[in-house]
This record gives sequence, structure tokens and C-alpha cells, in this order.
Amino acid sequence: MTITLGTNAPAFDLPGVDGRNHALDDYAEAQVLALVQSCNHCPYVQAWEGRMIDLQREYGARGFRLVAINSNNAATHPEDSFDEMRARAGREGFNFDYLYDEDQSLARTLGSERTPEVFLFDRDRQLVYHGAIDDSRDDHNVSTRYLRDALEAVFEGAEPPVTDTPSVGCSVKWKR
Amino acid sequence: MKVELFFWEGCPSYPEAEELLADVLRARGIESELERREVSTQEEAEQLHFPGSPTIRIDGRDVDEAGASAAPALNCRIYYLPDGRVSPVPSREQLEAALA
Repeated sequence: MTITLGTNAPAFDLPGVDGRNHALDDYAEAQVLALVQSCNHCPYVQAWEGRMIDLQREYGARGFRLVAINSNNAATHPEDSFDEMRARAGREGFNFDYLYDEDQSLARTLGSERTPEVFLFDRDRQLVYHGAIDDSRDDHNVSTRYLRDALEAVFEGAEPPVTDTPSVGCSVKWKR
Repeated sequence: MKVELFFWEGCPSYPEAEELLADVLRARGIESELERREVSTQEEAEQLHFPGSPTIRIDGRDVDEAGASAAPALNCRIYYLPDGRVSPVPSREQLEAALA
């Protein structure tokens, strides 16, 4: 079951494609933290990836950190292996951390269902927005930018105008 | 003309693909009935050479031959739009070319 608004960010300590481990506490200086359930193989993720890079670039200086998490079962989806994650992050020029949740424990704690799926936590690390990045995987057809609007609101000390939207994307590939 | 749509329920893109395909067929005045076939197991995916959802075949030929040879899997399939962007459904141009 997906965590509800106001839930504290779960602790984690996961390997990243940069060769280091990253824990929740490592992001303590971030004003706003987005955990994005993600992966390599999904066309929805690939369609939104550029917008993830844009958000990190545009809001990073204001204290926003986007952290992508891949929890997919690499045995059934080898494109989502740690090696492939490293390759994709380099090829696409990721400017955010990309972590491997091999035992799927973070995805289970978050209650993730789709990729991509956003969990946005405020300064107190409470969930303030959950769902899609915006309302269209086609960047030419976006009319409402949920995550961007939520970020602007949180930076202003306000509640996001929309706090929960359906995530549209591939299912998380669970281990049996 | 035989028009087939193979889909996996775990990927949300097939209704959009079906709608686009029906629209292209209608626009071209093609009255062939669309055959929908659900693929629900890896074994079925392998038997049907199903590289991901959705897969559309016209008279047995995949509308995206470049992607047709990918390993059979219960996945969302990746397509590329004419401008190079990634999409979970084929482009209108791909469907029109396959029907030409």
C-alpha cells in the first residue's frame, strides 16, 4: 500500500551508479527531496527522464534533490541491472543520484506501483506530493506540471495545489 | 487485410494504441476488423514472438520492424517518434506506413 501524505521519508542506504552508497541522512541539507521510482527499460520513464534532468538542473540551486530508485527484478528484466543503470546514467547524463534497490525493500516501504512514480518530501521529510511528474508522458502535450507546481509551493512554504495524482507508467517488476 | 493488436494488461499503453490504430484505419477507409489478443505469460510471449506491449501486426508484419526482434517479454514496448523521442505507442506515421 502506498504511503500517505504526511508520512516520514523511509530510511535507506543504497548503492548508487556513482560507486558510493547513499543514505537518507546524506540528503539532510536538501530543502526538498524527491524519491522517484524509476528504471531503465520503461518507455514512460525514458519519455519523462529529460524532464527529471531539467527539474534537477532548474531547482538544484534552491535545495532540491531528485533521487531515482530502481527496484526492478533484474533477473526477469536484465536491462534494469546495476551495470545497465550505470551505463544509462552515463549515456543520458543524469544529474541526479540513481540508486539500486536490489532487495526491493525501499519500493515495498514506499508502496510503489509504477515507474516513474514521485514521492516528494518537504524539509521535515514528510510526504507532500505523490504521483506523476506532470499530466502527459508526451512533453508536447503537458498542461499541468504537478511536480514543478508542488516544488514552487513547498519553496514558498505552502501546500502543493495538487497532492496526489495517478502515476502512469510501467509496473514495478517484483521478485516472486 | 489482417490487423492484430497484441497486448499485455500490465502495460497501460494499449488502449491509446488501439484508439490511434482505429483512427488511422478509419481515416484510410479500411474496414478490417481489429483482432485483439491478450498476452499474459512469458510462455505466450515467446510462442507469439511478442517483444512487448502493444505490438501491432498488419498481415503478420510488425508495424515497427526494428523493434520486432527484441527478446519476447511482458514489457511495455519502446517506440521512437519521427523526431527521435521515446513513446510507449507507435506513431501515426508508423501505422500509416505499415498500412500503405
